[in-house]
Amino acid sequence: MTKSQVSLTVNGAKMEALVEPRTLLIHFLREQLNLTGPHIGCDTSHCGACTVDLDGKSVKSCTVFAIQANGADIRTIEGMANADGTLHALQEGFREMHGLQCGFCTPGMIVRAWRLLQENANPSEEEIRFGIAGNLCRCTGYQNIVKAIQYAAAKLNGVQFQEAAE
Amino acid sequence: MNDMTPTSAERAEKLQGMGCKRKRVEDVRFVQGRGNYVDDLKLPGMLYGDFNRSPHAHARVKSIDTTKAAAVPGVVAVLTAETLKTVNLAWMPTLAGDVQMVLADGKVLFQNQEVAFVIANDRYVASDAADLVEVEYEALPPVINPFNAMAANAPVLRDDLAGKTDGAHGARKHHNHIFNWQMGDRDGVDAAFRKADVTIKELISYQRVHPCPLETCQCVASFDKIKGELTLWGTFQAPHVIRTVASLISKIPEQKIHVIAPDIGGGFGNKVGAYSGYICAIVASIVTGKPVKWVEDRIENLSATAFARDYHMTTEIAATKDGKVTGLRCYTLADHGAFDACADPSKWPAGFFNIVTGSYDFPVAHVTVDGVYSNKAPGGVAYRCSFRVTEAAYAIERAMDIMAQKLGLDPAEFRMKNLIRREQFPYTSALGWEYDSGDYHTALTKAMDTVGYKHLRAEQKAKQDAFRRGETRELMGIGVAFFTEIVGAGPSRNCDILGIAMFDSAEIRIHPTGSAIARLGTKSQGQGHETTYAQIIATEIGLPADNITVEEGNTDTAPYGLGTYGSRSTPVSGAATAMAARKIKAKAQMIAAHLLEVHDDDLEWDADRFKVKGNPERFKTMTELAWAAYNNVPPGMEPGLEAVSYYDPPNMTYPFGAYICVADVDVDTGETKIRRFYALDDCGTRINPMIIEGQIHGGLTEAFAIAMGQEIHYDDEGNVTTASLMDYFLPTAVETPHWETDWTTTPSPHHPIGAKGVGESPNVGGVPCFANAINDAFAFLGSTHIAMPHDHWRTWTVAEKLGLHG
Repeated sequence: MTKSQVSLTVNGAKMEALVEPRTLLIHFLREQLNLTGPHIGCDTSHCGACTVDLDGKSVKSCTVFAIQANGADIRTIEGMANADGTLHALQEGFREMHGLQCGFCTPGMIVRAWRLLQENANPSEEEIRFGIAGNLCRCTGYQNIVKAIQYAAAKLNGVQFQEAAE
Repeated sequence: MNDMTPTSAERAEKLQGMGCKRKRVEDVRFVQGRGNYVDDLKLPGMLYGDFNRSPHAHARVKSIDTTKAAAVPGVVAVLTAETLKTVNLAWMPTLAGDVQMVLADGKVLFQNQEVAFVIANDRYVASDAADLVEVEYEALPPVINPFNAMAANAPVLRDDLAGKTDGAHGARKHHNHIFNWQMGDRDGVDAAFRKADVTIKELISYQRVHPCPLETCQCVASFDKIKGELTLWGTFQAPHVIRTVASLISKIPEQKIHVIAPDIGGGFGNKVGAYSGYICAIVASIVTGKPVKWVEDRIENLSATAFARDYHMTTEIAATKDGKVTGLRCYTLADHGAFDACADPSKWPAGFFNIVTGSYDFPVAHVTVDGVYSNKAPGGVAYRCSFRVTEAAYAIERAMDIMAQKLGLDPAEFRMKNLIRREQFPYTSALGWEYDSGDYHTALTKAMDTVGYKHLRAEQKAKQDAFRRGETRELMGIGVAFFTEIVGAGPSRNCDILGIAMFDSAEIRIHPTGSAIARLGTKSQGQGHETTYAQIIATEIGLPADNITVEEGNTDTAPYGLGTYGSRSTPVSGAATAMAARKIKAKAQMIAAHLLEVHDDDLEWDADRFKVKGNPERFKTMTELAWAAYNNVPPGMEPGLEAVSYYDPPNMTYPFGAYICVADVDVDTGETKIRRFYALDDCGTRINPMIIEGQIHGGLTEAFAIAMGQEIHYDDEGNVTTASLMDYFLPTAVETPHWETDWTTTPSPHHPIGAKGVGESPNVGGVPCFANAINDAFAFLGSTHIAMPHDHWRTWTVAEKLGLHG
């Protein structure tokens, strides 16, 4: 199949690549760029395991063609850590609050939460639950994911995280 | 000793051993997207396999033409049953003593059954070509409703079993019958029912569901023709069992098969069995000489690999008029689908369903299970529970509510009258289990006190009165459930898989610098084994958990184990870990005695060291002893410090819990809000409270999903209508309730550290608790039993039938 050239920025690095017109963005990221952090869970854009940030929006990369990402600025979980290599507050929060178990939804969940906190730096629990409703988790029951995001929001806002009373 | 010297307690705390909320070591890679799952694996020259599947539920295959598929550029080979017959692999054995088609051989028996396997150099090409396989079918009438399976005129589903009157579990009474399994005292039960003041009888059906882990089933097979060796990476909850099965059916010697289960994205029972995709990938790699990857998509996962439940349980209870239960009878019709591929211990065709007496002191009970074939997908796995235990808990907990309703007793009060009393443990149930330990009344009392049970009932009464007066359209339901799990399969005297006893194992190797590696026969799918096993070892031998690496999932390095399912990791491998650690500690004690020039008996253990009794200044830490093990051992002792333990558990463990749910139901929309859910769990000794709480949150969420919406549904033609996440309910963060967790601690008396296992308890107790809450909301209007799942439509329908819509 004829391939087309795309130019894009992934995790801050500019690159060019040849892609088939039907190649999905998730397969391009995972198989051509070896960015295996985003996962495939459902193929129907319900589960959000493939979530990446594309031009300032959370997108499900199983439902975007790679060629549609021409010119785009993409961030995946691999580009989430701080410049000095330390963990981002969200990555830290997920570990501190036990916000993950099998880890399969985690990359998409963190990338989604990152965009959510760009849009709303201090979300309520309800806003967090609504904000991550496009990302399914089968292990945690979400309660500790909510806490992980609250932890990160507090840290990024420079305030002490007060764990909600049970 | 000066003030700066850490106390024994401070030294123990630094080890991060049992009882502390140690942060998970796994998370460091997962939060950075550096997990290593099967589909992340890329090998040079790797090919991709994809299936052509049956559109029919029941049909004769008249011809298969692979010409067009094979002609697609990039296609390397196409496998059909005829190809597989050349290597005698068209059929494979199941874990339940049946056989299963790997690829359709003459017939198809369920929709989306595997018909042909296309191997190509690109996954898109494989998928395209799979669609070009041309199959001519002659449609046959399907059996979808299990209650029709044994009708005299029911179509014959399994041609291969024609004329066979005996199955793997005894006599078959019909061509679609698999087994009849009975246990208990039939005559005693009949007598109890004759004498009873009050009896109830209800058909309690547990719908067909699917574990649906976020990562589907997948594998990569790589056969090295020169060495004659097979390496198989896959999503395996039981890697060693897969190795043995692969060896038995492929005839490749077992030492030449290397099975590797890397990180697994959730399992919940879906990843225990052996599937056609694994066999086809192996054969394809042998045929092509290249590594072959097979990855299920979600539709394939939901419609072809490992359903759960489809149990139809006619449950009867006999009781005295003052509310003491006197007998239990349960007849179950079990739909196993087209092949009996249940993943139960071999001697247990209905799993541990005889835990159906639950937490109550039934003097007598009898249970019968008939397994039948249908034109639905095979499976019958334990979706986040021990074998058939969630079915049993649902049946008994619903039936107890129905009896309480008939007696006019409060459901909690009725349970209190009948719970097994603390002094009765160890307790032998009417259906033959020996419950190891429990303190049920304390647990239920604590639960009721915490939620303010009496106030809730008063509020409910007021709301019912207001509803009758037309002042509200909302009903309040209070669900009470008390469950007893049976986990940790299991003792070799009654548990095996394919003849292999269900022990489990641990090997611990201490390095000279005082660090260690532990390898186990289990396999985490998110349970956090790398964290918790290290905590057990840290407490047992006094090395910091951070210095202990835990490795699972590589059959070349791990000792043989039966894997992770049925909450068996902590009860069995956790015990093996403690026992291996104790062997190490015993040797270390002899080395310490040698170094300190005292007798072994003159030493006592203190957190991380052996010290001389009465002279605590004279001691050797475990780190020092690790070094000495490699250069200064007592005369005649072998150097080194390592141990392996194969633990054959003397009994199962019996975690239990008391759950209470408060739900508000809108009778006009059928919408249900879970106002409150309180879960008290007793899993014995608690290794890591943070991980326990996480397991309970997750199990409750899966229980919520099952009770409130999940169903694998087939239409009358056998079309599966719920095979994507568009139709199959996985709760989001928005619907999922807030969970309140609590605990009591009743250690297991026979387990080395007293732990019982916890991961599945919340699903076992949660499902009936939600169901009881919904039923309780309508009970005052005369409703006795509403079938799951309690989605909005069904709940609205119940209100409609009760005449609540005017």
